[in-house]
Amino acid sequence: MLNLPENFQSYSEARQQGFMRMKGLKENGKMVVGTFCTYTPTELILAAGAVPVGLCGVSDEPIPFAEKILPKNLCPLIKSSYGFAVSDTCPYFYFSDMILAETTCDGKKKMYELLNELKYTHVMQLPPGRNSEMALEGWHSEMLRLKEVLEEQLGTVITDEDVRQAIRLKNRERKATLDFFEIGRLKPTPLSGYEVSTVIDTNSFLFDTEEKISLLENRTAQLRKDYEENFAGKPSRPRILITGCPSSGVREKIIRQIEELGADIVGFENCCGPRAQKDTVDENKDPYLALAEKYLRVNCSVMSPNPGRIEAMEEMIEDYQADGVIEVILQACHTFAIESDRVKKFVTTEKNLPYLCLETDYSQTDTGQIGTRISAFLEILQG
Amino acid sequence: MNYIGIDIGSTAAKTVVLDGEKVAASFILPTGWSSKETAARIKDRLDGSGIDVGSDQTKVIATGYGRISVDYADKVLTEITCHGKGGAALMAGDCLIIDVGGQDTKIITVEKGTVARFLMNDKCSAGTGKFIEIMANRMGVDIDELFTLAQAGTPIPISSMCTVFAESEVISQIGAGKSKEDIAAGIVESVVSRVALLASRHDSSAKCILTGGLSINPYFARRLAKKLGQEVVTHEMGIYAGALGAALLAADKFK
Repeated sequence: MLNLPENFQSYSEARQQGFMRMKGLKENGKMVVGTFCTYTPTELILAAGAVPVGLCGVSDEPIPFAEKILPKNLCPLIKSSYGFAVSDTCPYFYFSDMILAETTCDGKKKMYELLNELKYTHVMQLPPGRNSEMALEGWHSEMLRLKEVLEEQLGTVITDEDVRQAIRLKNRERKATLDFFEIGRLKPTPLSGYEVSTVIDTNSFLFDTEEKISLLENRTAQLRKDYEENFAGKPSRPRILITGCPSSGVREKIIRQIEELGADIVGFENCCGPRAQKDTVDENKDPYLALAEKYLRVNCSVMSPNPGRIEAMEEMIEDYQADGVIEVILQACHTFAIESDRVKKFVTTEKNLPYLCLETDYSQTDTGQIGTRISAFLEILQG
Repeated sequence: MNYIGIDIGSTAAKTVVLDGEKVAASFILPTGWSSKETAARIKDRLDGSGIDVGSDQTKVIATGYGRISVDYADKVLTEITCHGKGGAALMAGDCLIIDVGGQDTKIITVEKGTVARFLMNDKCSAGTGKFIEIMANRMGVDIDELFTLAQAGTPIPISSMCTVFAESEVISQIGAGKSKEDIAAGIVESVVSRVALLASRHDSSAKCILTGGLSINPYFARRLAKKLGQEVVTHEMGIYAGALGAALLAADKFK
């Protein structure tokens, strides 16, 4: 059963409503910066007095537009993101005054070059690994360069105090988000993975960090109460930890289907989950260095090597009491696809848990096959 | 007490009836275009043998791609779980099951009597029975004839990973006047390679059994064994592995 709150708003409803909010913000003279990734230091956008908005494509609708230019055999997230921009069907892209991106995976960084032809796109040079001293130095200087770019593009001045304030605000948002995610540690969980995935994405269309924090805090309190009253002491369904690529684009096909077929998704070990929230920005350091340090620690498979992801996974398997791990690989995402071998070995041999890898794209054509794989996996879990 | 397993695949619908622990009956019907109608035909056929699927002396588990169409089933399970059970029964213990069906290919590792892990081919039909069927059609022969031709040939490699492109390759080979035997051998080898590659991802040292539609052909099993470098067992009940597993699971669950 899928347990959703009464006032639950679907992703597409929230996205629609966000359009009007954003139009209102623009009419009041707000500047908007479009972003794509958890590597983006949104603190600097807030410090510049601008509004960050996520432009990650999670729908297959604009993909045919993207495929006029991009190769077909490319990750659906990249095609969808570019497709929205090039077909001019995403109001958030339309309203953005500039785009802020990073050299994460090869597909994205080359796509950003094409995106720059449509709208000014500043690409931060993210180091490919953390092990050399140059990594942090270079990334730190990229933070300082970003400050200048934002000042110039948005016609503003960013003071250190602005940055510190934004860091404190974002840390509070991280805490509220993390508390919400950690409801999934309760057994049985009163919070569905479908709700987690939807709420995190729809909150990004509120554009007001204080409002986001208060919504999350309220829902968390409500869920705690719900657990005490209706869930505590009851039997639990099999508990699944999701890992791998961003899972928002397969929310219906995979996330919803898993829960409808009889399991609970208790946590997300991917960029839609607590990975980035748990790790806050040091409030007592030079703010640019503190930002560089935090955003270099993000455990995406684009980093080589990337041992932090396995450590985070181990912690989540324990804390969220997972019975099995399902990895989502978006077609042609090389870094996660290659890393999946290490994940599989870690989960099956070190944690002794069943592991399933689902490779897919944003289309609906394999919904049935995915369903069979999930059902078979749940049959293994249930013995 | 009758325990019945019904496995409706994309091409063939397999039924196994267990009377207690021994196989009392087994039959295959073509799936056709509607698995609902196929399920009804199976019911009629059982009726004709004096087995009423509605009676409480009968328990039915349905599996396979058309499993949800069997509205008289007491339980529905995926083909992975059922093949695991059926394959392990045929091998009398833990094993690696390679099931090459009409629509998909499954690799299942059974440990301690239950499915430990599984893999299925992706969206494409290359590496499945469908590939052989399409190519046999293209060459104007039936599947058995294709295998007979293949045994007399030296494989011409097919490089395309995609069935549609592979079909074009075969057409150009026909056009270039290559021998039917060599083309047929190339077609079989292409499926053998795809299946072996998938199986090698399980890195299993367990005894290996080939099930599914292609298991009735000894030549295919021999080629697969050669490619894998290990013995590949076939069994006269291999094509019934899923239905047999479903019937055995019905016996386990409803006893």
